[in-house]
Amino acid sequence: MTGVQPQLAELDTDALEVGTTATSADGGRARVPWRYLGRRAAFYLFTLWAAITINFFLRRMMKGDAVSQYLSRNRNVSPEAADALRTLLGLDSDKSLLEQYLDYWVLLAQGDLGISLLHGLRPVTEVVSGALPWTIGLVGVATIFSFAIGTVGGAVVGWRRGSRADALIPITTFLSTIPYFWLGLLAIAVFSVNLGWFPIGKAYGVGMRPGWNAEFIGQVLHHGALPIATIVVASLGGWMLGMRNMMLTVLDEDYITVAQAKGMPNQRVLWGYAARNAVLPQIQSFALSIGFIVGGSIVMEMVFSYPGIGKLLLDATNAKDYALMQGVFLVITISVLVANILADIVYAFLDPRTRQAGV
Amino acid sequence: MSEPLLSIHDFSVTYDVDPPVHAVKGVTLELARGEILGLAGESGCGKTTLAYGVQRLLKAPAVITNGSVMFHDASGEDVDINALGAEEMRRFRWDKISMVFQGAMNSLNPVAQIGSQLEDVFEVHRPEMTPRQRRSEVADLLELVRVGAQRARSFPHELSGGMRQRVMIAMALALRPQLMVMDEPTTALDVLVQREIIRQISQLRHEFGFSVIFITHDLPLLLEITDRIAIMREGEIVEVGRAEQIWTDPQDAYTRTLLSSFPRLTGERGVVVR
Amino acid sequence: MYNVRGSGQMKALDDVSFTLRSGRTIGLVGQSGSGKSTIAKILIQLETPTSGEVLLDGAPIPRRGKALRSYRQQLRMVFQDPFASLNPYHSIRYHIERPLRLGGLAANDQVDGEVRRLLERVRLVPDAVIDRRPHELSGGQRQRVAIARALASRPTLLVADEPVSMLDVSIRLGVLNLLADLQREEGLGVLYITHDLATARHFSDEIIVLNQGRIVEQGPADDVILDPQNPYTRELRAASPDPERHFASAAGNLGGAQ
Repeated sequence: MTGVQPQLAELDTDALEVGTTATSADGGRARVPWRYLGRRAAFYLFTLWAAITINFFLRRMMKGDAVSQYLSRNRNVSPEAADALRTLLGLDSDKSLLEQYLDYWVLLAQGDLGISLLHGLRPVTEVVSGALPWTIGLVGVATIFSFAIGTVGGAVVGWRRGSRADALIPITTFLSTIPYFWLGLLAIAVFSVNLGWFPIGKAYGVGMRPGWNAEFIGQVLHHGALPIATIVVASLGGWMLGMRNMMLTVLDEDYITVAQAKGMPNQRVLWGYAARNAVLPQIQSFALSIGFIVGGSIVMEMVFSYPGIGKLLLDATNAKDYALMQGVFLVITISVLVANILADIVYAFLDPRTRQAGV
Repeated sequence: MSEPLLSIHDFSVTYDVDPPVHAVKGVTLELARGEILGLAGESGCGKTTLAYGVQRLLKAPAVITNGSVMFHDASGEDVDINALGAEEMRRFRWDKISMVFQGAMNSLNPVAQIGSQLEDVFEVHRPEMTPRQRRSEVADLLELVRVGAQRARSFPHELSGGMRQRVMIAMALALRPQLMVMDEPTTALDVLVQREIIRQISQLRHEFGFSVIFITHDLPLLLEITDRIAIMREGEIVEVGRAEQIWTDPQDAYTRTLLSSFPRLTGERGVVVR
Repeated sequence: MYNVRGSGQMKALDDVSFTLRSGRTIGLVGQSGSGKSTIAKILIQLETPTSGEVLLDGAPIPRRGKALRSYRQQLRMVFQDPFASLNPYHSIRYHIERPLRLGGLAANDQVDGEVRRLLERVRLVPDAVIDRRPHELSGGQRQRVAIARALASRPTLLVADEPVSMLDVSIRLGVLNLLADLQREEGLGVLYITHDLATARHFSDEIIVLNQGRIVEQGPADDVILDPQNPYTRELRAASPDPERHFASAAGNLGGAQ
């Protein structure tokens, strides 16, 4: 159907513009695509609702509860105390499902996610927000490093296709195929146990008091270095391969030839023309990968006993601490959604063509 | 004939694949200063490869296997294009010979404003210009091709095909080159827009006096707008002649085939057997 | 007999009416955006006109069922891009067999013979192409295959949307001549959609000039091209390359476009 499709939309363009100067200059740029934004917003709200609802029912569908689990570990709790505990945790099941569901929303609106049995009956919000910064900090930094190194490297490798730089691709791809837990354990074995360069695990030394002082920050960096390095090594290949492939596509575009015919220096063609276009899909996947920072760190946190969200989820699952699990799931869901929104916005900024895509 | 501007001698390009493809075979061609030369042929005849080869824009696996390209600069200096170093070549491009490409849709970087793409040319080739001078020069250029200075901040997708091709012509004109190579510059455009752009090129040529190599498969168009026409087939130039001579007295059989492939708009009927 | 009439909200088409008779060719010319492809889309039912109707043999296009299938068999389309209109994964045989089998137009043991007959109709050597895939054929051969496929369901009408504009110049006439032959031999009605006035003149009996969705001129091919009445048609004609007139009027006036 080539040649047929565009004609409706192009009505009144070429023929009329002949010999005239433009009448509306920046028209396309100032317009805000409200309808498009509205539709996206509605989509995200629906997704959020669905995720939260599923989260609610998930807990109801699970066998056993935290209190029974708690009782099996602590034998000297009386049945009355156990009932009181159930009431406290909102596990008394004389309410209908709908009532529970509505209560759940009300509590959620108040920022109340319940209390965690595993963590000495502290509110879930508090427990989660204590773990969140560690995960976001560590995995976030690692993701940014990996993205930056992989994208720049991929651009250069793509630009010099057929040269020796091509060898980087199979190497990084190989590294990313190694199971992460194995890579992590290997890193600990070599650099922590044998060489003793890095501590074996945890976010900072035992007995250290968190605070904004040089010693503590130094500790955090020292402890974080190995996990960050392993994450970068494991994920670099994807970024590099993606960017290189995109570069190869873009380098075949006419505007690259034009830029070269214009006498642009190679560096300028590489970064200003080729990489500038090739990076667009990369940025989108980067924004999306931010969403998986929170949820995707379980293995790393297990291997390095890092006190983040992943470890929290793992412990909560083992202890059947459903309130905590729900809280963690909620945080993961929201972060994935936020990342998606971010990806949309970033893309609209970088690619002028999507800005007027009101359709 | 008047003084020469570009002398191509025994120029050959081979695509180094298996088996090798000899895309351009020993082409010798001379272009006079101020002349419009048409290069006609069907797809795959090597006309685009020849044009890219002259500017040394070919990418692997294409290899220039033989020949020389001499550019006779207005200053009186003769430049052997094949002997230029990479940096000299870069500076030579666009300054002396600029190009207008076929894909008006894809010739512009989709994520950059057209003004900045025009300014690029000055930034690289005229580093002594201030940003202000650059902007005003770009505005002048856009006015010159009747796109309008206010379009400098538009993105390529906001312009129609005809407008984009005008922008490309403005870009090609930026450094006042002595030669413009145009590769199917109007093929993707409607006939009215095509005519308008041809008219504009012609006007600009009268004003600035550059030579043109006009590459297309559209022989009737070439017959109307060029001084001389070179007919290319399978990498070789089979015939060169003044447009009128090609029309009235074609020497080569292939030229005659090409001529008879185009139904005449107002001439005798009978080309399509009905 | 074939009537089209329609007007669109975007004014893609505005009060367009014409009649296409079997055995005749109408050339539909205009620039991109003039609405000529919208007419094709209406005919093959990719678009519905906001008002007006299409009549085939005096009856409106059926909406569903057997009658609709029969309408689709009677009206076939040849597209501009022979590279995109054939599926690269299937052989030439498959492409032509499909309409035969779907339409129940040939018994199983006759399909092969019918495919070969159709390939011969479009001047291809069946043995040379039948088991090949589209990418192994030249552009001209591919377009011939597309025509054979269109003919398979024994249509009475053919809509050809720029059928040769993507082909190499030296083979364009061959394909147009083939279409002209088929039209004459099979008594097809052909709607030839193009922006090229020269081929439209030689290939059509009648020419319709569209501008911004309206018919601005309509008449016998030679009259419209050689003696255009409408200013837009004149403009189109003046813009089209015409070496004959050029050398007749401006002998010696070289040195660039005027």
